[in-house]
Amino acid sequence: MDTQNLSPDAPLVVAADVRKHFGSLEVLKGINVKVPKGEVLCIIGPSGSGKSTFLRCINQLERIDGGAIWLGGELVGFRREGDNLYELDDAQIARQRRSIGMVFQRFNLFPHLTVTENIIEGPVQVLKENRNEAKERAHALLDRVGLIDKRDAYPAHLSGGQQQRVAIARALAMRPQLLLFDEPTSALDPELVGEVLNVMRDLAQTGMTMIVVTHELGFAREVSHRTAFMDQGQLVEIGDSRSVLASPQQARTREFISAVHK
Amino acid sequence: MTDTVYQVSHLTLVPRRHYGRMIAAALVVAALAAIVHAFAVGQIEWSYVGEFLTVPAIMSGLVNTIVMAILAMVLGIVLGIVFAIMRLSENPVLSTTALGYVWFFRAIPALLQLLIWFNLALVFPTIGIPGLFSVNTVEVMTPFVAALLGLGIQQGAFTAEVVRAGLLSVDRGQYEAAQTIGMTRLQMLRRIIMPQAMRVIVPPVGNEFIGMVKLTSLASVIQYAEILHSAQNIYYANSRVIELLIVAAIWYLVVVTILSLIQGRIEKYFSKGVAATGNAK
Repeated sequence: MDTQNLSPDAPLVVAADVRKHFGSLEVLKGINVKVPKGEVLCIIGPSGSGKSTFLRCINQLERIDGGAIWLGGELVGFRREGDNLYELDDAQIARQRRSIGMVFQRFNLFPHLTVTENIIEGPVQVLKENRNEAKERAHALLDRVGLIDKRDAYPAHLSGGQQQRVAIARALAMRPQLLLFDEPTSALDPELVGEVLNVMRDLAQTGMTMIVVTHELGFAREVSHRTAFMDQGQLVEIGDSRSVLASPQQARTREFISAVHK
Repeated sequence: MTDTVYQVSHLTLVPRRHYGRMIAAALVVAALAAIVHAFAVGQIEWSYVGEFLTVPAIMSGLVNTIVMAILAMVLGIVLGIVFAIMRLSENPVLSTTALGYVWFFRAIPALLQLLIWFNLALVFPTIGIPGLFSVNTVEVMTPFVAALLGLGIQQGAFTAEVVRAGLLSVDRGQYEAAQTIGMTRLQMLRRIIMPQAMRVIVPPVGNEFIGMVKLTSLASVIQYAEILHSAQNIYYANSRVIELLIVAAIWYLVVVTILSLIQGRIEKYFSKGVAATGNAK
């Protein structure tokens, strides 16, 4: 694959036959998907279907056992020479991860740092940005997620919804090409889900490429361009969000969607 | 049933009497009084205690004790961090080596280790790198060096376990969040994991530092001039054994008290962001 002459409309993320197993358990049985730049893709499916694992493979929190993933035309986690794939070293993997932001189910803010310090940690330590400039950008991001008044608070002082919005700002501070969301609202009290989804909706409108693992079918329908349904390590169905959610083609998808709506 | 039964405003609450506790307290007071009385009338020349408390030999012994405790602890912490990280390595050679280090140096009594280091010349008359340099072991292995190595290396074995527990106490999500913003392993440990692990590591390490202050007294056996050794040298000359041992005891009390106060401050510093939550109060 030639990484240099990537056409502008080439997909940002390409997964080809991605496989992953934990011991004898096959978690991903060959996932194929292409995500164009600017697309919001929601992945839905029952727990244990492998959707979070797939997300974690994209930014190498899990190492894939087969297949390949490309981000912006660059092979993720490996260097190809002829027919050999060489594993990248720690520093190279770290470099690849910089352009992929991730938002976790349990926020994972750094509890020993204030909100602002959480956001500038990556830019200052990893991207070697000037501290004051990073701070200014952090405050602009906090303004965007509606938390500028919490800039000096510690995460423990924030509600779940506020922590998740800070986590989104932290991911954005790295100026990522791609944002991954791993069930971003599943750990939230019901009344806090909306504020996080609103921030994500705004982000989607700015043209950010997003892959969102979620149980929020409403969000999938209204915000995401395409929705994929995963079950038992396979990508069962993928297509335009409205049609997948309103009139799924596969029986398993239908069952899942009707079970969620009950 | 009339309403008068439920009128409670005129009732008096009589607290329970804890007779057992009262008797225990009386016995403790009596015992303490007996101990104080015994020391007051015992054959201790308290004037000697006051006289020798601040003589130069004792003062330099005190300085040597503090210097040795700090240096041995620094060596112990550095070794502890290195071996804790090795222990958690995925490479079996590294993790097994770390396991062996902890097993070996934790099992052998500190006094015995000091004696072995001090007598190393019996095993290796010279040490060095063949062809590059070589020195006589006796000249290198002074009481200071032997005490530092003996105390520091065995401390490292204990600290490695404390550091490992600290590293394991940090949530997996913190490792992942640090990786996700593109940190290398070293950056992650230094910026994200260690500061949080410190909250778990500091209290036991502070405790062990206090233990180390007292452990340095073992170095008196290999002629290192710490405070107990100084006190002994004086009582060999003037036979005021108990008085000089009391002098040493007083200084240990002073140093350990100061350290306990400092430890409290440091613990407070590393609980940043946590002390604020409800469950920490």
